[in-house]
Amino acid sequence: MVTFILRRLLLTIPTILVVVTVVFFSVRGLGGDPAMAILGDRATPEALEVLRERLGLNQPLWKQYTSFLWDLAHGNLGRDLRTDQPVAELFKRAVPYTIDLAIWATVIGILIGVPAGILAALKWNTPLDFFGRFVGILGFSFPTFYLSILLLFIFSLTLGWFPMIGGGELSDLVDRAYHLFLPALSLGLIKSAFVMRLTRSSMLNVLHEDYVTTARSKGLRERVVIYKHALRNSLIPVVTMISLYLAVTIGGSIEVEIVFNRPGLGKFLIGAIQERNYPIIQSGLVVLSVLIVIVNLITDLSYALIDPRIKYD
Amino acid sequence: MEIRRFLKNKVSFFGFLLVTLIIITAILSPLISPYDPLEQHMVKRFSKPSAEFFGGTDRYGRDIFSRTLWGTRISLVVGFSATAIGAILGTVLGLIAGYTKGHLSKGIMWLTDVFMSFPTMVLAIIVVVAFGPGNQNVVLAIGLAFTPRFIRLARASTLSVSEQVFIEASRATGQSSVGIIGKHVLPNIAGDIIVMSTLWIATAIRLEASLSFLGLGTQPPTPSWGNMIREGMLYFMRAPWLSLVPGAGIFFTVIGFNMLGDGMRDVLDPKLRGRLT
Repeated sequence: MVTFILRRLLLTIPTILVVVTVVFFSVRGLGGDPAMAILGDRATPEALEVLRERLGLNQPLWKQYTSFLWDLAHGNLGRDLRTDQPVAELFKRAVPYTIDLAIWATVIGILIGVPAGILAALKWNTPLDFFGRFVGILGFSFPTFYLSILLLFIFSLTLGWFPMIGGGELSDLVDRAYHLFLPALSLGLIKSAFVMRLTRSSMLNVLHEDYVTTARSKGLRERVVIYKHALRNSLIPVVTMISLYLAVTIGGSIEVEIVFNRPGLGKFLIGAIQERNYPIIQSGLVVLSVLIVIVNLITDLSYALIDPRIKYD
Repeated sequence: MEIRRFLKNKVSFFGFLLVTLIIITAILSPLISPYDPLEQHMVKRFSKPSAEFFGGTDRYGRDIFSRTLWGTRISLVVGFSATAIGAILGTVLGLIAGYTKGHLSKGIMWLTDVFMSFPTMVLAIIVVVAFGPGNQNVVLAIGLAFTPRFIRLARASTLSVSEQVFIEASRATGQSSVGIIGKHVLPNIAGDIIVMSTLWIATAIRLEASLSFLGLGTQPPTPSWGNMIREGMLYFMRAPWLSLVPGAGIFFTVIGFNMLGDGMRDVLDPKLRGRLT
């Protein structure tokens, strides 16, 4: 077990290296001269030179690359082009908003999705099941940002129950929750559709297993069969997939943050792409990717803990 | 036989109808739109949805309903071509990774695993940063983001086909690997790839809308559902229909393709038949 954890930890190093490298080359080179892109094509050669100097773009590529890695390893994410603030400081304030959103969306997704999935499986092939399946496809088909806009329209614009925009004060828990509710609900509802479908199919698979038939033929009450024998086993794949979807949720949080104007990682990143703020784009993508790699690492480790059948070699 | 089962399945039949309707809308949008999507009715800016303008008008007095109909074209073109790029690239690499056993195959699979762990949205954003926003680049971005998913499927299918006796027989007759792959392996994995493509078209359309909404996809004045919603959000308090109407376009299109794909998978994959939808 310990070797498994160590191996898995070691494996994240090349993964992070690949991603960081892809981000480095995607920000540089491919889109043309970043200095030109920032200042526009009417900029004077002198101004371009000053900016290149400041961003370190006049150095050879390999040197830029190694110093980029060196800076990253030391937690130096560069400086905001507009305000000259350290990017790391900006992100330290932004990341909690994104994590809050991802976690609560997942909680909502589980609270709605798992019971709905169990119910659909138990009422298999009844109108209730068809309704559940329909709602499931519905959830798959809503772009996250559109569901956010609909909720914003209903609950904020029409009913006035929730604030239109913003993320609330981080230190004020009530304000924070108040601003979090609608964004988390939109991501969570989409997630609950995934969770519902998964729970339903996993439960259906288990209900056809021999040991469930055995449990029934022993004369156990149906409640015991379902909750003690079937449910436990059917939840193993659900737990894995839920944590896998955590990465997807972080991706989806970008859209939600834009709709609700939540000052999270995604909002910073998209804003920076639009104003070509290269240091923020570069570090934003790195931070986002590392966050996803960490989530995946935790998923793998927790999977090994939950399911003893998993091989450690 | 399979077609009959496909049509009997209510989900896939409804999806099939919806997709047909959407494709017809895309082809006929110049004929059925009440107005030109770029025509400005300055006197009637921000009109509410009415009999004259079904979907209301925007800040230039352009008819939202017509723009939404025209938006079908961009969505379908991007959805189909992005999925095609991902499917073709993924199939080629997946065939190589599945049929050969060497460093190349191992390398492809390792990189696939790395990129599989990232949401397609994040991968697409990285590609857009590299090439810049725009209509063609959004196709490339979504296609590349899909590639790892298709590599994995193509490789798995190739592996199971390669173990069959007829492949061994073709090898024994001295055919080249390229010949065997082209003549025997590819036709046998094509079904899996096509079913998966149908499912991913829906995702591609959804991603295009999301990227355009973020300002990274299709650029104005070309009407795309995502960028219409983006523009609409600026006037959300005053004219929510600017965002709500094009969103309905995305919704119906994506749900149509999802139902169609789900139904196809049900029909073509006997293991899942009738149990999992």
